[in-house]
Amino acid sequence: MVSTRESKQLHPEIWEALYAVKDPEIPPLSIVDLGIVTSVEFEGKGTVQVNLTPTFSGCPALKIMEQLVVDKLHESGFEHVQVKTSFEVAWNSNMISEEGLKALHQHGLAPPPRHEGYIELDVLSDTPCPLCGSRNTTMQTPFGPTLCRSMHYCKNCSNAFEAFKPVS
Amino acid sequence: MEYTEKHVLAVKELLYKMADDQLILGHRNSEWTGLGPILEEDIAFSSMAQDKIGQAHALYQILHELGEGEPDTVAFMRNAEQFHSCHLVEIPIGEYDFSLIRHFLFDKAEQIRFELLGNSSFEPLAQVARKFRGEIKYHVMHADSWVKLLGKGNEESHGRMQEALNQAFPMALGIFEEGPYEEALQEAAIFEGEKHLRALWLEAIKPVLQAAHLAIPGDVDDAGAFGGRYGKHTEYLQPLLDEMTEVFRIDPAAEW
Repeated sequence: MVSTRESKQLHPEIWEALYAVKDPEIPPLSIVDLGIVTSVEFEGKGTVQVNLTPTFSGCPALKIMEQLVVDKLHESGFEHVQVKTSFEVAWNSNMISEEGLKALHQHGLAPPPRHEGYIELDVLSDTPCPLCGSRNTTMQTPFGPTLCRSMHYCKNCSNAFEAFKPVS
Repeated sequence: MEYTEKHVLAVKELLYKMADDQLILGHRNSEWTGLGPILEEDIAFSSMAQDKIGQAHALYQILHELGEGEPDTVAFMRNAEQFHSCHLVEIPIGEYDFSLIRHFLFDKAEQIRFELLGNSSFEPLAQVARKFRGEIKYHVMHADSWVKLLGKGNEESHGRMQEALNQAFPMALGIFEEGPYEEALQEAAIFEGEKHLRALWLEAIKPVLQAAHLAIPGDVDDAGAFGGRYGKHTEYLQPLLDEMTEVFRIDPAAEW
């Protein structure tokens, strides 16, 4: 199998189109930066196959993202497009690119810290506030308006904010 | 090793009971949507419901790839006696204390189950188990902190948590009811088995309960906990299935 990097060099036009597909719940964030595009297969004039991996197995945005990929590639002139979602490569929050972390911040969400595979309560309880930058914050609940978010409160600027959860 | 027919049956049985537990408890959790004692708990139980239904779907999908029906068909077209869920997940949500203790006991077992299955020789299951590990972590974190908070809260909260534990603990032992293929699962390194899981689970819940000043009940009468894995269910399952499929049954061929 070709690596993602090689694939990006081989088929820049496909990846460019995929970069333009945004997470419907976080509009500044591209699905490529989110890290859910695990590979692209393309045989000459044949079919483009895009392989995705879900952030959360119960994510309701996944079906929409699959459709957005198909629509965008059609728009870019690829007639036969297949999207396959599988757990072959398990997504974790370290797969979000640096650009992706910036996009999350831009959307007002605290981006997930990089982790070594272990996520403890301590990591979540001093999440830096995306509004004022203070670490004097507290986690209200590890669950939020979507599966990938937790809810926090900043004691410095007295604002409630959401964070994109670190996932191992 | 090459799987025989028996190993495939064993994998299917394991997948069915895991998926059915997730589906049923997922629906039970969703009954807290709009009714949680505080907004954050409403959201927590709703989110956990969504995770569990998503996990159930992934497991039914593997079953489908092994030749069983489509996930939606399997989830919504069977009667109670065709389900493999354990009794613990079928019981109505009751008061918040009961739902919380059930969530604590069940999700701890699931966390360890996923941990073990991450190394399963059956690769499709190992893949989803590794995925689910990251998700269940948040469920367990949630359960542990609330069990400790309320166990040590005041006299009323402590009393209610202990009573809920006394009620739920015997039922929880039904999670580990052995299926007909335990040996086949172990022999092919698919899964270490329910007995092993139960022992690990007991060790895992003890320190949390201790920190919460709660005691595992002695003299446990677990007679009512078993049978779920063989299609014998509580009186609560069929009405729940009827409710879950009420809209679907109006027009099973409808496009959504």
